[in-house]
Order: sequence, then C-alpha cells, then structure tokens
Amino acid sequence: MTSSKGLEFKIEERSGVSQGRILCISVLAILFALVIAGLFFQLFGVSALKAYRLIFSGSLGSSFGLAETLRRAIPLLLCGVGLTIAFRALFWNIGAEGQLLMGAVAATGIALFSEIPAPLLLPAMFLGGFIGGALWGLIPAVLKVTLGVNEVITTLMMNYMSIYLVEWLIHGPWKGPSARGFAYSETFPPSAWLPTITGTRIHWPTLVLGLILSVLMYILIIYTKSGLEIRIMGENPEAARYAGINSLKVTLLAMFISGGLAGLAGVGEIAGIHQRLLGPTHISMGYGYTAVIVAWLARRNPLAVIFTSLFFGLLITGGDVIKVSLGLPSQLINVFNGLILFFLIGSEFFLHYRISLLSRR
Amino acid sequence: MGWENWIINTFSRSLAYGTPLLLGTLGEIYAERSGVLNLGVEGMMIMGAYSAFTTTYLTKNPWLGILVAGIIGGIFSLIHAFTSITLKANQIVSGLSLTMLGLGLSGVLGRGWEGKPLASTIPKVTITPLSHLPLLGPILFQEQNLIVYFTIISVPLLWYILFRTRIGITIRAVGENPATADSMGINVSRVRYICVLLGGILAGISGGYLSVVYRPAWTEGMTAGMGWIVIALTIFAFWNPVNGMLGAFLFAALYHLSFRLQPYVSPELLKAMPYAMAIIVLIFVSRGTLQKRIGAPAALSLPYTRGED
Amino acid sequence: MNKTDDYAIELHRIVKRFPGVIANDGIDLKVRRGEIHCLLGENGAGKTTLMRILFGLYQPDEGEIILNNQKIQITSPKVALQNRIGMIHQHFRLVSTLSVEENIILGLDEGTGPFTNFRRVREKISLISSQYGLSIDPQAKIWQLAVGQQQQVEILKALYREVEILIMDEPTSVLTPQEVEKLFITLRSLVNNGLTIIFITHKLEEVMKVSDRVTVLRKGKVVITVSTKDTDKATLARLMVGREVIFRFKKNPLQKKDKILEIKDLHVLNDRGLPALRGVSFDLFGGEILGIAGVSGNGQNELAEVLTGLRKVWKGLIYFTNQDITHCSSRKINKLKVAHIPAERIRRGIVVTLSVSENLILNKYFYLPFSRGEFLNYKAIEENAQAMISEYQILTPHHKAPVRILSGGNIQKIILARELSKDPGLIIAVHPTYGLDIGATEQVRQILLAQRERGAGILLISEDLEEIISLSDRILVMFNGETMGILEEENADLEKIGLMMAGSKYPGEKI
Repeated sequence: MTSSKGLEFKIEERSGVSQGRILCISVLAILFALVIAGLFFQLFGVSALKAYRLIFSGSLGSSFGLAETLRRAIPLLLCGVGLTIAFRALFWNIGAEGQLLMGAVAATGIALFSEIPAPLLLPAMFLGGFIGGALWGLIPAVLKVTLGVNEVITTLMMNYMSIYLVEWLIHGPWKGPSARGFAYSETFPPSAWLPTITGTRIHWPTLVLGLILSVLMYILIIYTKSGLEIRIMGENPEAARYAGINSLKVTLLAMFISGGLAGLAGVGEIAGIHQRLLGPTHISMGYGYTAVIVAWLARRNPLAVIFTSLFFGLLITGGDVIKVSLGLPSQLINVFNGLILFFLIGSEFFLHYRISLLSRR
Repeated sequence: MGWENWIINTFSRSLAYGTPLLLGTLGEIYAERSGVLNLGVEGMMIMGAYSAFTTTYLTKNPWLGILVAGIIGGIFSLIHAFTSITLKANQIVSGLSLTMLGLGLSGVLGRGWEGKPLASTIPKVTITPLSHLPLLGPILFQEQNLIVYFTIISVPLLWYILFRTRIGITIRAVGENPATADSMGINVSRVRYICVLLGGILAGISGGYLSVVYRPAWTEGMTAGMGWIVIALTIFAFWNPVNGMLGAFLFAALYHLSFRLQPYVSPELLKAMPYAMAIIVLIFVSRGTLQKRIGAPAALSLPYTRGED
Repeated sequence: MNKTDDYAIELHRIVKRFPGVIANDGIDLKVRRGEIHCLLGENGAGKTTLMRILFGLYQPDEGEIILNNQKIQITSPKVALQNRIGMIHQHFRLVSTLSVEENIILGLDEGTGPFTNFRRVREKISLISSQYGLSIDPQAKIWQLAVGQQQQVEILKALYREVEILIMDEPTSVLTPQEVEKLFITLRSLVNNGLTIIFITHKLEEVMKVSDRVTVLRKGKVVITVSTKDTDKATLARLMVGREVIFRFKKNPLQKKDKILEIKDLHVLNDRGLPALRGVSFDLFGGEILGIAGVSGNGQNELAEVLTGLRKVWKGLIYFTNQDITHCSSRKINKLKVAHIPAERIRRGIVVTLSVSENLILNKYFYLPFSRGEFLNYKAIEENAQAMISEYQILTPHHKAPVRILSGGNIQKIILARELSKDPGLIIAVHPTYGLDIGATEQVRQILLAQRERGAGILLISEDLEEIISLSDRILVMFNGETMGILEEENADLEKIGLMMAGSKYPGEKI
C-alpha cells in the first residue's frame, strides 16, 4: 500500500483482462506517443497536425508512398511473425537483426557461388536463407536449454558477430567492385533477382511469402499440437512439465522458426532490393529491433503482425517524407518507435494491476 | 617506429579509448549487481555525448558539459528504473526502447550541430616527475587528462565499496536474493534505483567524454555501439570493477591494434571478439558451482514483488 | 535456570483470522524465561501463525502481547528485533553467494558511515561463537556450508542482534541426525546463557528430548501446556490429534481387487540432494483408498512425484500392474492410465490463460480424436469439453472461457474431469480438497469414492487427518521418509496415528 495525504492507493493484481481492454490500452499508448512526439514537431517550428497529415498522406496517399510503406513492411512482417512465436515460448529473441543478416549471407553465397540452375536458384536462396537464420537462432536456444544461459545477451551479442561477419565478407573473401568508398560483393546474376512490382521496390514474392507465413504461423499456434505445446510452455512451464511436454524440443522448434523467418527477411532484402551483399547497416536499419515492437504491439498474434508491420512501415516511410519535405530529421521516427514501445510496456502495468482509491477511515 | 615507442603509443591511446568503456562498464556493473539489467546504456551514452557537446559549445566550459552529460544520463536511467522497478515491466524491452529513444532524440536534436568545432576542451595534464618513469611514465603521466585519472582511481574505490562495505553487501544481497534482503529490512526498490541511477550517470559521463575530450566533435550516432560493448564487458568482467578495468583497456588495446594488424588479421574479426568472448564467458559461468562463485547475480532482470513465502 | 513465574513473554487471548478460517482462536501462551518451550501440533494447528504474530510478520486481530510486564505492539520484524525477539524460519534467509559475516551484518549499521569495521565484526562473531560453542569460519561463503552449518549462521545472526527470545520453526526438518544432536547441544548452551527458546515442531521425540515445557495446539486453540517431564509421547500424541468422533463417510464395503501398485524399498532424493524417501515399501489394490497420513514435508510430495514420473528414483522398484515403471517418463505413465491430481493445482495442474476446453485435454492433446497428425481437432475438443462440463457440473460461462476466471472448486473439477476420464487404474490424489469450500470438498470426495466403486486404486495424500480417516480403507503413516506403519480401517484410531505421525513406531506394528 502506498499512502498520500488523505488518500490511500491499493495496488492489487487483476484476475483477468479482456481483449477489449488490451486493445484500448494499446491504442492509448500509441496516442500518448503521438502526442509527445508532436511536441517535438512543435520544437522545430512545425505544427504537429501538419506533420502528421504529411506522414499519413505521404505514406498512404501517393502510390509511391504506399509502395514504400509496403516494402518497408516486408522484413518487419517476416521478422515480426517469427518473434511472436519466439516470445510465446518465452524466448527473448533480440537477435532477429543478426538472423536476418545471416539469411542474407546464405542467400548471397548461393547466388554467387552455387551451380544451381536458374529456375531453382531463388527457391534455393530462400531455403538457404531460412536455414542460415534458423541455425544462427538455434545457437542461443541450445545454450539456454542446456546451460541456462540468458538468451537476451547471447542473441544480442550474436547480432554484432553477424554484423562483423558481413563486413569481413564484403571487405575480404566476397569483395566485389566497390563504389563511392562503400564495399559490396559482386552483383547477383539476374536469375537471383527477385521480381518487383513495376515502378516500385516491392519484391512481391517475399511479401506473399510473408502473408502466407503469417497465416500459417497463426494456424500453427492455434491449431497444431506444437503450437499448443508452445503456448502451454510459455504460459506455465511448471504445468508443461506436469503435462509431459519436452521443453527442450519446444524451445528449439520455436527458435528454429523464428530465426528462419528472420533469415527469409534477409533473403528478401538482398535479392529483392540490393541484389548484392552490402554493409550491414544498409541491409537492415534496425528491422530486427523494430520487429520487437511490431510483435509486442501485435500481442504476439501472428495475424495481427500484418497490421502492425504495415503501421511501422508507414512510420518509416513517413519519416522519409518529412525529412524531404519539411526538412525534419528522419531520426524522429526512432524517437517515435522508442516512445511507443515505452508507453506500451508502461501501460501493461495497468493491465496486470488495478489501482483503487480507498479513502482513509 | 621503435617498438618501445609503439608500446607507449598503443597503451596511451588505449587509455584514452578505454576510459569511456570503463566508465560505462563500472556503472553497468553496479546496476546489474543490484539485479537490474540496463540495456539502455547506448541511449544514455549518446544523449550524454550530445548534451555535453552542446553545453560545452555554448558555455565554453567543458567541465560543465560533462556534468550535464552525467545529469542527462541519470535522468534517462531514472525512467528505466521507474518502468523496471516500480511498474515491474519487462526490463529488456524497457532498456531497448530507451536506447531507441536516446539514439533518435540525439539524432533529432543534434542535427545542425555536426561539424561545429569545439574550442574548449579539458586540458591535458603532464605530471612531470612521474612522467620520467620508464615506459609507465609516458603512458600514464604524459598528456593524459583528469578524467582518465578519475576513472582509474574510481576502480579500486568502487571495488572496495562493492566488496568490503556494508553498502556493497546490501547491493549484492539485493541482486542475489531480494526476498532475503527484504526480510532483513532492506528497501530493495531504493537500492535498485540508486544503482541504476549510478549506472546512468556514469554512462552519461562516458558519452560526454567521447564528444568533449576524445574526439572532440559531435556526429550522429557517434557512440557506434559502444553501449553494447559495455554490456559485453560487464559479463566479461564477471561483474567485478577491477576485471572491468582490465577488460576495458584490453579491448581498447585490441581495437587500436586492429588498425595496425590490418594486413595480418582482419579488423572485423577483431571487432567481433568482445562479443564472442562475452558469450564464452557466459557459457563458462553457467555451470553449477561456478555460477555461485563468479556468475551473474541470481535475480538479474527479474522484477521483485514481496510475496508470501 | 529458575522456574519461578518469570515470564519472558506472554500472549493473551490471541485471535487471528484469515478468509475462511480462524488460525488462532483465543490462544494463551506464557513462556518462562530461560526455558525451551515446544509448540506441538499438526499442520494447520496455528503454530506458525502464532509465532509469525510474535515476530511481527502478522498482526493479531484480538489479544495482546506482554513483554517484561509491558503491553507491546509488534508491528514488524524490525520492532520484534528491537524487543529482542528473533526468528529462524524453516527456509533460511541467507544469501548464498555472500560470506557468513556478510550475511550476519546484512541490514545492520556497523561502523562509521558506509564503511564497515570488519575487524570489530569478526571479534564479536568470535566472541559469540566461543560463548555458545559454535564454530563457523566467518569468511566462508554460505554455498560452501552444509545445511546444519547454515542453520548455525542463522543462530549467529540472531545472537549478533542480541535476541533474548529465539523462535525456531521446525528447525530439524532439514538436518541429518548428527546435525540434530549438535543443534540440541547448542540450544542447551543458549539457554544456559539466559536465552529463551520457542521451538515449533511436530516430532514427539524432539519434544521429549529437548524441551522443558510443551504447549499442544489443535485447530487454533491451546489444548494444554504442561511440563515435559510430567507427560509422555502417547499422551501428547492423543492431545495433538484430538479425541472427537470422526465422521466416517458412508462407503460401500471394500471390494478389494487385484494388486495394481507395488512399491519396493524406494529411495528417493529431494531437491537438495538429501534422502526424502528411505526405503518405502507398500502395495495398493484396486477398489481401495490408501491414505498417506503425515505432517507435510516427510516425503509425501516426493512419493507422489516419483509415482507420476516427475522425479528420479535412486534405488528401489515400482510396479504398476506387474509392469516396471520405475524409470518411466511422466508421459509414459500418463499413457498407462495413471491419474495425477497434483498438489498445487494452479501452479501445476492447469494453465490459467488457456481455455477450459484446452485445459481439459492438457495431457491428452496428442491422442486421437483430439488431434489428427499434427493438427488439433477442435470439434472433438469442444465435444469433450461439453461432456465433461455437464458430467462434473463445472460452472463456467463458456467452454472457451479462460480458466483464470473460475473458482478453486471448479478448477479442481477440471483437473478431476481430465484425469479421471481416462478410466484410470491408479489415482494419485495430493491434497485434493485443499483450499476448497465445503460444497466443493464434498463433491471431490464423492467423486473419489465413486472411482473407488469403479475399481480404481487410490493413493490419497493429505494433511487433513480427518479426510484421511474418513475416506481411507487403509492408512499408511509417513515420518521422515519412512513408513511408520499401515493400519486397517478398523484399527485406525487417532492415538496410534498421532504417535506414528510424530515419529513413534507403534509397538508391534509391522512395516
């Protein structure tokens, strides 16, 4: 109990939360973030309303904006869906960024050095990318289930290891012609290029893959045995033990999927947009980390990730828009992301606890 | 260069680069020893760097700049403390969001400050009698600055506090077994708040040092992942300030060497080293008895609620 | 030791209520200075609650505490310590990575400002140690010490804070016999130096051996306070379990079927690596209820876990209908139609965020028809849920409702429905009516009796002696990991059971 003059607050745990309440609180959190960020716009002498209008019209109003929103959403969609699975198994996968990069590396290797005939090349790249990301994600998973090593730190550290691996590759063994001082690998052969919707950078096969996988993962979680096992283990590991569930197997499965999906995102970026391996910060500007918010906002529901990934794709594009037309720094979007995430987790307090006022007798 | 000069050069540069690493690590060690995982170090560092730079530029007083950096870092850390300790939210996500916020905010506010020259910086210090000592002299006592000295001196001090004083016992108890500490009358929340605050202040100062002393300049994102290295170093140090110092300077030396060794060893692999080492250390300490002796504080990243036993 | 009426502490008419139960119902307790006073009683008698009031962890609803002829209010452990009252809990309050001296001074102000004068600390520890015959290296880390030594650290902690009244809650429950001897010597030494000790226990042997006086509690009331030398084990046992007529359930006569469970010389370790079961052997037949009586912590939980595949067997054999299941996994045993109704139902038996229907198949989702291949068959799951809900009368708004919103009784019914619907041959029920209201308790007991009719063999583990006596056909009493004896229903009288529960093998009883 905490007291303040004349009033007493009682903080007790809530017994249940309705879906409506969850939605309500999530929306409120976003609104709060919008308001606070709006203050920043004012700081730059721009009316917040004008800025928001530009963001939304820029990213949804024009066909170019819409295209950019969609293509930004693709890696967020894939990584986000993967993260919903990992989070449901109580595995804090902060390593989607690294798993994405490893997927890109695998795809590059196949594109440049394998002898696979043209029609099979892209599917092979996707498969390779999935496995690359999955393996990268399995390492922290194995460490957790066998030795109890904290997965937050290991996945984070492996992000950096993968960044330097990519750097080493493009500066070393896979070094291609460089341009403007940046290092790249060789450009992929045309059979390794993902088709895009004309006039845009939307590599639609990856998008389709993402949408399909979002549905498939939803089906997995709700309608399959493995999905039930993941849910049981994530909600109550003790009961899972009593039900005879093998937590080792379940955790590994969850991370196999999560890492693999992030790997697919990497393939998409590489084969769809850049067509060669480049500096890690050019491949992904934090998609793996933004995906954490995407998954969190979606309340770990793979289908909802479709919407939340679009939302964040919108934000990123909007950031570009205001940079160009209003001269505002695009970093504002990072501020926005941080604020949203922050208010989201802060608001969860109100989901789990009820604060009631008791008047002092 | 004669190899003697080479050693002097490497080590004195390592001191310069290792100091911000060490500052951040010392703060994170205290925060984690009390049981709170602070992944927001990167954000606090960059905000410290930004605020120190602008303050110094405007007031021409570098010390004021560093002071402000510490304050800003502290304020940020209080936000993390509030979310993690009072609201009992997920510490990982809270820290990450603060890093995002810090990076974004500093990028936003820092626009337009790039390229501005900093006229005033803290003076270099040469302690003449000591600077004539062989090897050590030129490394430590020639052309170094007060912050380096302050940092090095604080290492044994922080070690002593953590392991030989009542305060340190309290902190370690809170991070290891908050229920027991609570039952012994210790205010777990308060101890954690203070440790997280210390972590934030040191992170801020560390960032301030970067932009006011080490460079001195402001560039967006200039911390370049140093905050994550601090997290790795904290583990590598087994949560012990003295090891932290060795680790920080070792890493700084390797970093400096990576440029020299470029023809022989790829710099990227060297840069990946601290992260790989952190994982290896974690594996190493996860086994049974070792964990008790030198492992992570048992209650790290777990929120504490007083419950029935 | 003078036996004048010099009371170290007096408790008058203490009442403490919790929702649904009166833990202390007007308790009077007077503890003489310089004595070792035992509080004897079963689980739920109110001993721990009373001592927690004395140590400031709870506040009494009525009654008063008198210390040195002054009424005092003990509002927190800090205040208790200020009044020189200390308590050593059953689960030690020690930080394992810190050293002995660091644990001792945790929370204390020792020295100037933040700096601790460790030399003075060590001197004081050394002084206390030699005065009381304890010997612990102050710089040893807690994790390096044996359990008995860790308890000595707890004692040192209390002595360092200069307590005059020391409360010990079941101190011997974690000790080896040698460590128990050492503890008793230490207690004598403490008392010779003027301390007063209050000792909570359920073990008659200890009461007779070490105490000067004993107070027996039963159902929240004091039964008697008597000098130890004026009584004996049999009397105390009888007082501990009471003399009321036990209501026996109207059961159909026993129709014993084949032997379904055979336990041979079972040795099992607990979580700390100490023996929890020391050579337990018994048989269970279909159609009977075998009640396992005993104060909790004497190996019953480990027995349940071992029989359901959740704990490893160290030595010994378990046969289920002539099949060796000693080392089977929990899923395998589950498939053999062994039902388990676990002790902590919310923590272990269900997942509160999942729906009623999902919880009803928590350990069967991999069977047809609930799943075909990898996919769950929700139609079958729902049908099953509807059937279970009506058969067991589970009150829930909808089968998709999350279990979290259900009452304790209905949660237990879900577990029962799930476990019993596999037509089990063996049912292991651990504290099945714990925390349930009267109506739900009735229903659960009727369900168990119905299973008995069906021919299942039921192992009933419970702390509620009345429940055991009223439901069981045979009663096995456990103490300290061993079976003290097995009684047929006709022979089951409270005195015998009480003696066995408190550590005395009933004379002539075969094990």
